[in-house]
Amino acid sequence: MVREVAESCVESLLTEIVSQYCNGFYANKPDLAARRIEAIGYQVGHQLSERYTMERPRFSDHLEAIKFICKDFWSELFKKQIDNLKTNHRGTFVLQDNKFRWLSRVSVAPSSENTGSIQDPSAMAESKEAQATGMYLYFPCGIIRGALSNLGIPCAVSADISNLPACSFVIRIKA
Amino acid sequence: AIFASVERVNSELFTLTYGAIVRQLLTDLEEVEEVNKQLDQMGYNIGVRLVDEFLAKSNVSRCVDFKETTEVIAKVGFKMFLGVTASVTNWDADGTSCSLILEDNPLVDFVELPDTCQGLYYCNIISGVIRGALEMVSMKTEVSWVRDMLRGDDVFELHVKLLKQVPEEYPYKDDE
Repeated sequence: MVREVAESCVESLLTEIVSQYCNGFYANKPDLAARRIEAIGYQVGHQLSERYTMERPRFSDHLEAIKFICKDFWSELFKKQIDNLKTNHRGTFVLQDNKFRWLSRVSVAPSSENTGSIQDPSAMAESKEAQATGMYLYFPCGIIRGALSNLGIPCAVSADISNLPACSFVIRIKA
Repeated sequence: AIFASVERVNSELFTLTYGAIVRQLLTDLEEVEEVNKQLDQMGYNIGVRLVDEFLAKSNVSRCVDFKETTEVIAKVGFKMFLGVTASVTNWDADGTSCSLILEDNPLVDFVELPDTCQGLYYCNIISGVIRGALEMVSMKTEVSWVRDMLRGDDVFELHVKLLKQVPEEYPYKDDE
């Protein structure tokens, strides 16, 4: 039997990580806070993918590994799969979750200028809320990067929330 | 039944996330004592918020005293959030302090403390949660660890001491 805890336990931890690192230790250094939050996610992703792939044969290529993230890995975490996977066949993959669970209870100002890619700090600076939302996304970005790195795939991961409640994760595999 | 009333997730995600937080805090804060403090503070903040979800979903009726309150935490609170139950023992004569005993704790699955972490109260977030939640229902408490399985004890034991029960103040001036 799979051991379970209340979802609010995980959400509470995530809220606290973001609030401690952004308002406490690194109040005026959002990029340092972001790096710490991403590092925590990386650690989690690394260990989870180790556990979830224990009984599997090795993935034959990058696409197989990404599909594993979209299906099995995402299902373990969010009880649903990634809704849409796109790739340019040159090492960039876009994973879209139409209703990303960890953002479902985060409120964001409706104005479209307030959202954007978290890799674009100038756009983020426009609004405190967008910045806070961006901070929440460093954790899942870290999880994905950690999971893939454990599978031998070094990459960079960013998130795009320009059409909420959908959230897209952009994976760029390092050559 | 209480555990069925909330949305649940795979506990590995929770356990590993908590582990990664502790690890990151140890790196950033360096001092074990500081990490203990930080975990307690995070727990307190969580408890302050979590008590709302607890009261909304647990259907518990008003507790008459501190004794009943701790029983509810042990049997309903722990079950609702962590899926395990605790037992309450060691009451002092005036009923203001007791021990919560936890034999199974999902927070420490896969955890082993290295020698460099002597003095770390790994589960300090739990004591913080209890303190924060109780403060929201007008009970000032002091919560500390007595026994810890990560330090070789046979169970987890939390000592809960009621310091002060703040009488509720109603906003009588509502109709002004």
